[in-house]
Amino acid sequence: MNVQLKADHVWFHYTDEEGNRTSDDVLKDVSLEIEKGSFTAVLGHNGSGKSTLARLMNGILVPGSGTVLVEGMDTRDEDLLYDIRRHVGMVFQNPDNQIVATIVEEDVAFGPENLGIDPAEIRRRVDDALRAVDMYDYRLHAPSQLSGGQKQRVAIAGIIAMRPDCIILDEPTAMLDPRGRREVMKTIRMLNREFGITVVLITHYMDEAVQADRVVVMDDGKIILDNVPQAVFTKPELLQAVGLDVPQAAELLQSLGEAGLPITVSAIDEASCVDAIMNLFA
Amino acid sequence: MLKDITIGQYFPGDSLLHRLDARFKIVMTLLYIVMLFMGEAFYSLAFGMVYCIAALLLSRLPVKLFFKSLKPLIPILLFTAVLDVFFITDGTVYLEAGFLKITEEGVLTAVRMVVRIIFLIVGSSLLTYTTSPIQLTDAIERLLAPLKKVHFPVHSFAMMMTIALRFIPTLMEETDKIIAAQKARGASFDTGKLTDKAKALVPVLIPLFVSAFRRAEELATAMECRCYRGDIGRTKMKQMHACMRDWIALGVTLLLLCCAAAAAVLL
Amino acid sequence: MAILRTEELTYQYSAGTPFEKTAVDHVNLEIEEGAFVGVIGSTGSGKSTLMQHFNGLLRPTSGTVYLDGTDIWEDKTKIRDVRFQVGLVFQYPEYQLFEETVFRDIAYGPKNMGLTENEVKERVLETAELVGLDEEILAQSPFALSGGQKRRVAIAGVMALRPRILILDEPTAGLDPMGREDILAEIRAYHKKTGGTVLLVSHSMEDVAKCAGKILVMDHGSVFCYEDTAAVFRRVEQLEQLGLSVPQVTKICAELRKRGIPLGNDIYTVQEAVRQLAACYKAKKGGASVC
Repeated sequence: MNVQLKADHVWFHYTDEEGNRTSDDVLKDVSLEIEKGSFTAVLGHNGSGKSTLARLMNGILVPGSGTVLVEGMDTRDEDLLYDIRRHVGMVFQNPDNQIVATIVEEDVAFGPENLGIDPAEIRRRVDDALRAVDMYDYRLHAPSQLSGGQKQRVAIAGIIAMRPDCIILDEPTAMLDPRGRREVMKTIRMLNREFGITVVLITHYMDEAVQADRVVVMDDGKIILDNVPQAVFTKPELLQAVGLDVPQAAELLQSLGEAGLPITVSAIDEASCVDAIMNLFA
Repeated sequence: MLKDITIGQYFPGDSLLHRLDARFKIVMTLLYIVMLFMGEAFYSLAFGMVYCIAALLLSRLPVKLFFKSLKPLIPILLFTAVLDVFFITDGTVYLEAGFLKITEEGVLTAVRMVVRIIFLIVGSSLLTYTTSPIQLTDAIERLLAPLKKVHFPVHSFAMMMTIALRFIPTLMEETDKIIAAQKARGASFDTGKLTDKAKALVPVLIPLFVSAFRRAEELATAMECRCYRGDIGRTKMKQMHACMRDWIALGVTLLLLCCAAAAAVLL
Repeated sequence: MAILRTEELTYQYSAGTPFEKTAVDHVNLEIEEGAFVGVIGSTGSGKSTLMQHFNGLLRPTSGTVYLDGTDIWEDKTKIRDVRFQVGLVFQYPEYQLFEETVFRDIAYGPKNMGLTENEVKERVLETAELVGLDEEILAQSPFALSGGQKRRVAIAGVMALRPRILILDEPTAGLDPMGREDILAEIRAYHKKTGGTVLLVSHSMEDVAKCAGKILVMDHGSVFCYEDTAAVFRRVEQLEQLGLSVPQVTKICAELRKRGIPLGNDIYTVQEAVRQLAACYKAKKGGASVC
């Protein structure tokens, strides 16, 4: 297995400037390996530690104990931060607060400019990145003229123009309307499938986590489930107990079982749920 | 409401003025300001006026726009005019009533001052209307580059300007939203004494500051994540190349400046 | 009796300029006193703009808003009273918090109403209890609270006006499932205890389905439909065409019905689906032909 990101027995708590502890343990002995080219969703409610985990993955935060390795580079080594961030791009929740420039294409160029890339090559990358997220026609717009979903796609373009191997997205759709969410999710899937970029999606929306290849469920600073979506979402009780949604398909099958019907929770999508119920009536 | 302010806005286009190198435009604007304030005589002022009107026509922007940008300044203009008219008491007396004395010199100074301010605003608006903010800050960064030698943080300064420009629309929109939200809780901003009005702004300003600080922090993190390290090893996507038309425009400007100077000295 | 009525209500942004855009287009609507109305529609459907007319934050380009039969713009100087009667909670309301303590922030609205200190205090304590805020939280700074709690405080700040109509614009936006549930429970409790009229604007059909008795669907500035919740969910296909997502359970039941299971065509909660499916199953195994 080709490991891109690796967290090894990571503990984390927040500290003030003098190094005094200012919070309880936010992460408790978390170990996780993210494979190159994979699409992993990290699911959890607010305060479960999922965003902290994301911030540890590219060195915004460093673990209290344990290690985080990005392509084998320890995030604690400040000299490596620049290289780590070339490999691992990060997209945040509020699209407004990550766009630096007043023109879309200038913003996408910001990252490559920081990397000191040749101007002609930057131009090419910016155009490619904007085409990839389907925002090329808006390249001369001001960010304030765009919808939330469009801004978030510009933010994603700004990251892919740096050509990272991996992108971590920290609740990228939390502030968007349903259309914006669909656009951004489509873009994220495309990054993974067509460009082979490793994607780690932090979210509390189960309908987004369903689209990943692997779902890591966090609660109280620990990983409580780590499996393919099909296996994770057919455990409605466990998910509901930690304050997460389950697909209504799974919830329906579970409730039918509880009502005494001979059925087990086997489906998370509509079609197979319909089939399961039809079998009951066959 | 706040969106109606046009000062500092950019109106895209491809007129000659739009295409000139931003660095040259800044220098030319500075020369133009010198032209306006150089001489006392109307003749020298006239050169600046002609220059400005010519540029305005070349920009192919609607003249209405400039009137709009002048509108908020009317009180200041009136105030200046009144001060000049009543407090300059030299020269031929036009009218005398009690302690009030209106003189030729006073009226002339008032007219001169008002004309100057109007043309100053129109001229500098022309610069921002025809130059995108990013070109403007880029140009400033390049023009100030020599100051790096004396350790002036030229790059940080330009970056700060870019970010400020980027967030002006965002914060304005946010201000409108907060005002609406506090109005929904019964706040009123247009009644009562001046002190009441000032107090009424607290519920708007505090949330605005809190939000601005949060945005600043998040933006700083996002910039670091995009490998920002100040101007260490940084390149630029867009290069600035001065071409013939930029030099010609600068030449014309210098020529006019000399004429205006000559007029000021000789006439 | 309709508490709120609109007549040919129209609103245009930048009227008279080339950027003119009609956000609300000849809306005629009657909201009954005490109703819990869900308002849905995709972004740009005009739902938020419409809401801001109900408390006089926006003035119609043409048409009229009647509160208790009176045109709210009849006397311009009384528009502030309208805002006390029609409370509006904006999207992300936590960004409007500004006071030193939670207590004082909730008291801001009642103070603006000109109530005495005792009345204000009473209002704050009553509202805090209604939404389940502990007394110790009241003494804290609102900025020290968690995201979900901040939002509850901000909503309480509008509820404390004791408005006759409470409008909430996307009150659950950005919250996780638990936070969403908490806020919705708070709003349901408010409706039950005060009997006031509630308008809940949301993108989420699931949220609306859980609370609202009636649903107003907006599309391109016009009323698409305004009906009982069950009746609206019978229009699954139309709603999807408007770009609205229908609860998964509604879609599953629609498919099952197509395949011959005799379910009603107005299922929008899992509980209801289970009830009907269990009944059908029992009927089938019991040998009866209908359920």
